[in-house]
Amino acid sequence: MADETHTLHSLTLAAMARGLSGGDFTATELTRHLLARVETIGKDLNAFISVTADAALASAAKADKARASGKAGKLNGLPIVHKDLFCTRGVLTTCGSRMLENFVSPYDAAVVERLQDAGAIMLGKTNMDEFAMGSSNETSYFGAVKNPWDTSLSPGGSSGGSAAAVAARIVPAASGTDTGGSIRQPAALTGTVGIKPTYGRVSRYGMVAFASSLDQAGVITRSAEDAAMLLSVMAGFDPRDSTSVNHPVPDYVAGLAAPVKGLKIGIVRQHFDAGLDPQCATAVREALAALEAQGAVLTEVDLPNLDLSVPTYYVVAPAECSSNLSRFDGVRFGYRAEDPKDLMDLYCRSRGEGFGAEVKRRIMTGTYVLSAGYYDAYYLQAQKVRQLISEDFRNAFATVDVIAGPTAPTPAFAIGAKTDDPITMYLNDIYTIGANLAGLPGISIPCGFAGKLPVGLQLVGAHFAEQKLLACAHQYQQLTDWHEQGPEAFA
Amino acid sequence: MKSGWEVVIGLEIHCQLATRSKIFSGASTAYGADANVQACLVDLGYPGVLPVLNEEVVRMACKFGLAVNASISPRSVFARKNYFYPDLPKGYQISQYELPIVAGGELVIRLDDGSDKRIGITRAHLEEDAGKSVHEGFGQFSGIDLNRAGTPLLEIVSEPDMRSAAEAVAYMRKIHSIVRYLEISDGNMQEGSFRCDANVSVRPAGQQKLGTRTELKNLNSFRFVEKAINFEIARQIELLEDGGKVTQETRLYDSLRDETRPMRSKEEANDYRYFPDPDLLPVEIAADYIEHVRQTLPELPDAKKLRFTDQYGIRPDDAEILIVSRALADYFEMLAGETAATAQIAANWAIGELSAALNRDGLDIEQSRIPPAQLAGLLDRLTDQTISGKIAKEVFEAMWAGEGSADSIIDAKGLRQISDSSAIEAIVAKVIAAHPEQVAEYQSGKDKLIGFFVGQVMKESRGKANPEQVNEILRQKLQES
Repeated sequence: MADETHTLHSLTLAAMARGLSGGDFTATELTRHLLARVETIGKDLNAFISVTADAALASAAKADKARASGKAGKLNGLPIVHKDLFCTRGVLTTCGSRMLENFVSPYDAAVVERLQDAGAIMLGKTNMDEFAMGSSNETSYFGAVKNPWDTSLSPGGSSGGSAAAVAARIVPAASGTDTGGSIRQPAALTGTVGIKPTYGRVSRYGMVAFASSLDQAGVITRSAEDAAMLLSVMAGFDPRDSTSVNHPVPDYVAGLAAPVKGLKIGIVRQHFDAGLDPQCATAVREALAALEAQGAVLTEVDLPNLDLSVPTYYVVAPAECSSNLSRFDGVRFGYRAEDPKDLMDLYCRSRGEGFGAEVKRRIMTGTYVLSAGYYDAYYLQAQKVRQLISEDFRNAFATVDVIAGPTAPTPAFAIGAKTDDPITMYLNDIYTIGANLAGLPGISIPCGFAGKLPVGLQLVGAHFAEQKLLACAHQYQQLTDWHEQGPEAFA
Repeated sequence: MKSGWEVVIGLEIHCQLATRSKIFSGASTAYGADANVQACLVDLGYPGVLPVLNEEVVRMACKFGLAVNASISPRSVFARKNYFYPDLPKGYQISQYELPIVAGGELVIRLDDGSDKRIGITRAHLEEDAGKSVHEGFGQFSGIDLNRAGTPLLEIVSEPDMRSAAEAVAYMRKIHSIVRYLEISDGNMQEGSFRCDANVSVRPAGQQKLGTRTELKNLNSFRFVEKAINFEIARQIELLEDGGKVTQETRLYDSLRDETRPMRSKEEANDYRYFPDPDLLPVEIAADYIEHVRQTLPELPDAKKLRFTDQYGIRPDDAEILIVSRALADYFEMLAGETAATAQIAANWAIGELSAALNRDGLDIEQSRIPPAQLAGLLDRLTDQTISGKIAKEVFEAMWAGEGSADSIIDAKGLRQISDSSAIEAIVAKVIAAHPEQVAEYQSGKDKLIGFFVGQVMKESRGKANPEQVNEILRQKLQES
């Protein structure tokens, strides 16, 4: 037993589930083992903002009891960590911001609640770009997260803490949120699986809003199978979120067996333009060839307005964020400036001191594009382009099942390399943003290496085509072992 | 108003909808609770919470739209109106902006000269109310009470069709009456459930172009609307006649000083940055839903008035008064249905004695101390001449005081009218004997003295003698003596 528990962390979520139900180890043993890694490796990587060890051990004991009495839920005793913008009752929920440095949520987010109800055990809350605004995790008030593959590099963002924790085998699964690529890009940069479901598939209730029309919750795992297990529990209609969709939730795990043969995969020519790192391009092309060898049919599709997605996103997302973040005013919760001399001073200093530079940049951009005299030229125009981009995808999905390509233009980059130039940073999301603007599901899976750094393959599907994405990813993972390779330093 | 000037007024009425829970949360809307106990996480604008539309407000807005012959938008959109204020928890108010739920209605008001006037309704949209800032009792700080935050409002915007403060008040009363008929608002003005902003401008008579307007904020009684507008009209005319210019601004009415004055310009310099709220879906309303709502509409004031004059034959002016409140109209109908008295007598009593008593005691019609069936009993005795009109008023007061039914009071107090001619003849004989001088005068041609004799007989009978018989017997006996 001792030998077995020594390598528990290397198991996938599915393997852990089998081990728990087979009685190979208990939830308490598993939790204790992983908490030790949270405390050590988690700290080294700066992947966590909060660790909820006591509550986790209490939940583990309960899970063991439930299993003994035959009342084990779907995810009974399985570990999870949450990105720190999911509200967790009685636990700090900081959003990586000084503004919420001391904010303890009085309620649980829908995602947290659903996973907990299925028996999952929360070990802690992960670091992230402040209010999910960033692609490198460097905008966090709690400092940058390190990439387990090379600790001088960024794990990407904004769900960087979640991706790093999974990549370093601290936990097999972490929740994330994706507004412009915040699950898929860090998954690509850390060699993990990251899925962003269809907009409306998972409830946003209790997810602190960045850009409400783009935000969607998902997971980062090491295998497509694990992602399917979690998504089956997380997905579904929630009357507390008016934008959640009442659409049946299939058994994503059962659907994994669907073969790739005959799957029509669309390739977008612009994805392989000069902006893409050549080594990444090679890895992605090889992955596509492997799928083709299994019987998938590759065809070229055109997304004529794709190059407008980044500018469109950087109008829509800041506009919504400028309004969403107005509630952080120092009046009812969160950071409040000391000794304000009047109301305006309270507002200005609480927000001035509570928010970091990138958040302020986006609030100002968003305020500008919504202002009288600029609204039509920016916000309204962006909404029109967003429609065009959605139509491009709709047309493409009339002929193909999924669109495949690179997740990010480069492998992981050095911490500090892009912080001086927001535009270069924004371009990191060039391949992922389209799915958010169109509300489509997307998944990133490891597909090889550029040097010693992992490369991600992105699959995007039509609305509610998560099952196709997961099956395709799972079948690919039956052929390859990229997803089983982890950073040696944290084996 | 000074001649040579035309006044142009438009009203924005904020009507609180009578839902049990708030427009976007499940918190209660009940008035008068301790501060901040009726504000849930959604109302407090906590991180991560989301608004969910209360379907009841949609139904209520549809009812209103149909009642004023407006069109119900098949698709309306909630937008965010962004501004910072401590009693606005999210930093934005959710309101309908470009696509309101109700568009293009109208209603008819009755003017003082008895003529009717049509007033256009531009739109009515749904929005949430803000909380309340409390500036007393917290030293150098202000308190915030968020109980009201998220209370559903229907903002009803009129066309600039009114030409005097009196017309504006008549319009506001009409809207008040309609929302109460529809039971979509309690219309309670003291509690702020029904209030309005008035846009006022003046222009030289005959000029097409509108003058510069000012907006008078938060008028919460009919009297204040009238006074504030009249003050503002006089102020603007005086300003223009002195060669000055009206500044477009928002002004507050100070009821203590009876004047309007500008709000601080800072409070006006907002660019609200409206945009569609991405947390809420557009409200889509199907035609069959609208039809379904239409089936639930009650009879509205105008239709009721027509019916009252047709069916009951009462005077149009009386019908106008009876229909202002649905409850008063219902009372009248029950009364008219139960009594043998004519409908006009029932109307007279409902408008007269009953309304006076209610007013005196500050009661609503629903709280009347005399239910319609009991009042009907009184009017029956009046009609069958058991008592006179004068005695009836006395009995009414006794009934109001809770002394019992009309019949039991009449019997207990011995108020039955004397219709026995021999009894009346005896009293008449006594009166004639006691006033020989007046008898002589009468007989020499001073006919008017008949009133004096009737009065004496009534006094002697303590009001119980049948006045018609008294008259007849007196004339006969005075001739004879």
